Amino acid sequence: MITIYLNGEAREIPLETDLVHLLEVFSLPSKRIAIELNKNVIRHADWPVTRVREGDKLEVVHFVGGG
Amino acid sequence: MSDSFSLAGTTFTSRLIIGTGKYRSYEEMKAAHSASGAEMVTVAVNRLPLDGSSESFLDHLDPKMKILPNTAGCYDADYAIRTARLAREALGTDWIKLEVIGDPVTLLPDNEQTLEAARTLVKEGFVVLPYFTDDLIMAKKLLGIGCPAVMPLAAPIGSGMGVQNPSNLRIMREQLPDAVIIVDAGVGVPSDAAIAMELGADAILMNTAIAEARDAAQMATAMNYAVKAGRLAFLSGRMPKRLYASASSPIERAIK
Repeated sequence: MITIYLNGEAREIPLETDLVHLLEVFSLPSKRIAIELNKNVIRHADWPVTRVREGDKLEVVHFVGGG
Repeated sequence: MSDSFSLAGTTFTSRLIIGTGKYRSYEEMKAAHSASGAEMVTVAVNRLPLDGSSESFLDHLDPKMKILPNTAGCYDADYAIRTARLAREALGTDWIKLEVIGDPVTLLPDNEQTLEAARTLVKEGFVVLPYFTDDLIMAKKLLGIGCPAVMPLAAPIGSGMGVQNPSNLRIMREQLPDAVIIVDAGVGVPSDAAIAMELGADAILMNTAIAEARDAAQMATAMNYAVKAGRLAFLSGRMPKRLYASASSPIERAIK
């Protein structure tokens, strides 16, 4: 297991987890969201080939009401 | 009345743009959106809750509405740029309402950081609609770097105080006759919206004035009328202000 920082929270996930799997692990939706890995946006097409490493900082965002 | 305005190649027939925050229910929001006649709504980018509880807020929006993501909550250019990039990836739109806040109490914009973020985002192909202080020189700079419109505030976000500096908006309109000027933030009641439009704004962006009204849908209707009334008044040209009276009825032949 490795520790990552997902939306500011420390979380344990299995080694070699890619971004598609990451969303599944946390039961997160995969549509109309975006993922930033260490301050770089990862294109949706690259999620299956992007693996998370120890200490990575991820932001997973969606849309909410706003002005 | 056919009086549309264009923004980055998109034509809008409604000059009212509204937010999606602070509504007490999705039903109330949808009713207000429908009543407003707006064709574009703003949304915010937020961290997804990790408990799997989130539903897609976007499912509650009329699919005909153009969605304009914002960078609300960003306090420097870097955060705003990152937020804009995330919004583009998630939504597939290049449009961004750029908001870089300088202070949590007033929520007034940080113009310097806004300009810096706008410069980067324009270079990356974004359609940048910047929220900023109602200042002509700043407007010129934002337009100069490629923003297709400028969005000066009427008053602080959510304050409902109405147009605090009508002279600034009037000067901006007169000095930038071809610019798209969208008054963003601070409108409280329909008369505020009408005043901004009478001063020559091309459109108004508002959220709280509708969402916090006791009857949001009815207020949205009122705002719709006010924006149209203000626009018509601007196009019609107001009468001059006079210090003294000018009789409307002929007085020369009044009986004595």
